[in-house]
Amino acid sequence: MKIHEYQAKALLKKYGVPVPNGQVAFSVEEATAVAKQLGVGDKKVVVKAQIHAGGRGKGGGVKLAGTLDEAIAHSKAILGMTLITHQTGPQGQLVKRLLIEDGCNIQHEYYFGMVLDRETSRVTIMASTEGGMDIEEVAAKTPEKILKAQIDPATGVGDYQINQLFFDLGLPKSAAKDFRNVVLGCYNAYVQEDASLFEINPLVLTKEGGLLALDGKINFDDNAGFRHPEWAELRDLDEEEPTEIQAAKFELSYVKLDGNIGCLVNGAGLAMSTMDIIKHHGGEPANFLDVGGSASQEAVTEGFKIILSDPHVKGILVNIFGGIMKCDVIAAAVIAAAKQIQMTVPLVVRLEGTNVDLGKSMLNDSGLAIVSADDLNDAAQKIVKAIGA
Amino acid sequence: MSILVGKDTRLVVQGITGSAGSFHTRQCMAFGTNVVAGVTPGKGGQLFEEKVPIFHTVRDAVKETGANASMIFVPPKFAADAILEAADSGVSLVVVITEGIPILDMVKVKPVLDAKGVRMIGPNCPGIITPGERCKIGIMPAQIHKPGRIGVISRSGTLTYEAVFQLTQLGIGQSTCIGIGGDPVIGTQFIDALALFEADPNTDGVIMIGEIGGNAEVKAAQFIKEKMTKPVAAFIAGKAAPPGRRMGHAGAIISGGNDTADAKIKILEAAHIRVAPTPSHMGVAMKEQLLERGLLR
Repeated sequence: MKIHEYQAKALLKKYGVPVPNGQVAFSVEEATAVAKQLGVGDKKVVVKAQIHAGGRGKGGGVKLAGTLDEAIAHSKAILGMTLITHQTGPQGQLVKRLLIEDGCNIQHEYYFGMVLDRETSRVTIMASTEGGMDIEEVAAKTPEKILKAQIDPATGVGDYQINQLFFDLGLPKSAAKDFRNVVLGCYNAYVQEDASLFEINPLVLTKEGGLLALDGKINFDDNAGFRHPEWAELRDLDEEEPTEIQAAKFELSYVKLDGNIGCLVNGAGLAMSTMDIIKHHGGEPANFLDVGGSASQEAVTEGFKIILSDPHVKGILVNIFGGIMKCDVIAAAVIAAAKQIQMTVPLVVRLEGTNVDLGKSMLNDSGLAIVSADDLNDAAQKIVKAIGA
Repeated sequence: MSILVGKDTRLVVQGITGSAGSFHTRQCMAFGTNVVAGVTPGKGGQLFEEKVPIFHTVRDAVKETGANASMIFVPPKFAADAILEAADSGVSLVVVITEGIPILDMVKVKPVLDAKGVRMIGPNCPGIITPGERCKIGIMPAQIHKPGRIGVISRSGTLTYEAVFQLTQLGIGQSTCIGIGGDPVIGTQFIDALALFEADPNTDGVIMIGEIGGNAEVKAAQFIKEKMTKPVAAFIAGKAAPPGRRMGHAGAIISGGNDTADAKIKILEAAHIRVAPTPSHMGVAMKEQLLERGLLR
């Protein structure tokens, strides 16, 4: 789960990480009030679009204001704009929230992040003197400029690790206390809040010699949602695909893609492979959809509805490996679902596993225009052909 | 005897009275797995299916029945504790079926198991099966398997079944099949299983099924190139997956640049590992190599 920058900064602040003063605004009036309260005019404030995607500055979603009039003008321009960045896709994202916060005098921009290192199964700090830019590019071109520290879950961050990072980054003495607060605050927040990613880019060394988290990105581990009821308030449904929200209610894992062949599959790996083989045969998958291990009739029906709510879908491929789940049960679910929602696009079904013959004959006898496939390869070829015709 | 599980395995099931736990335990028993005990705190003293004794704790179960492996169906909220309990009770193998365990719980649990020398498979996995010795610890459909000499390792459940099914259709049986799980923190990795298969006299070759995210396949490629004499056929799922979107598994998300399917396939091929071009060709990619080496006629 992702949250907004202003939410991330509030969380960081709670854990002692230095962040600029600021507040969220949902309207120009609120933005004006925040700007006044911060004392705009005597100092500069920043007006920042709050969307989950990165690259907001380049897209025109971050502006500096020296006067109240400027702050109001920027707020009017940004609030309600459709911000297009490299992460939003060409359709962009409507800006409904702003963060108004103090500007600062930047001496240098650093990168500071935290993520799980799968190789060692440890939370790992990443830091770099090359802040403010795309860190993946830094990692690709100059990997030696990314400093790392792996944290032992039993002991937490060692002072020696903070020292090592501090000296390797070449930070001045004046920033020592702030840096310690950044490292410990972030690690404590990461662990206690069940994060899966932390990113402060940039972490700024100010001309006054202190550190400030000028940006904040936090992702949470969805698996830990049961112990974080407070996440419900942090969630912004405007940032999510409505179809994906609907799917989650039925415990379906759905991801919308740009193609025109809908897929309904049991199991994540098989669902990904089904997309792959469609592409291999020249088609484009419209979605990833894992109906899970049980694939009840209700879930299958909902899956079909969600797939068909995408107007680009020209055909559907159902690929079920009935293991414990019997194929005749799945066939019955597919038939009932297809009848209930009056399927108008070609439907290719590949069933395998227990009671496969019975399942196939049920599909054949259903009177529905269902094309039965022998194996995964055959199924992919048939659906690509069916929508091409 | 193939690897990790077989006729000497004595299984305790944690969460044996839950709906998934009881259903799958019955399936395991029907296949022939020696289920010696179950654990559900508060239900000690009862019998499962009128023959398997249930205990309050794993320690009691191990003490009374000599269980040496555990299968865990405990819900995500309590799973980390259940794993630690198993590891603390003297079993040498813990198979964690539970899906959705918080990642940071596993970050804490894994080093404890490593320090004790307890092997974990999973979490979020279909389990492990040795068809020739009628031992199944997990949720995979037993009937698609056939006793034989090919090992299967996979991060994905149904895709494992797909590979096993293809092998069986081609008349090629399996020594042991392991679903290592789709989470970022897992116990047994590809390289661990590959090393065991390489050392197993009853395994002739291995199918390895990876996916996007992480670098386990990259490490496996290096291991195969340097240490393995047996043929390996690979498949990587997720060529069509877009970056930044989690594809069902908590671990299946492209986050850097080298964890895409294409990047992994390139690295595997550079290590002279045969990669199936589609998920329909996993069995064939193994069969070809067995024929070339005269391991199959």
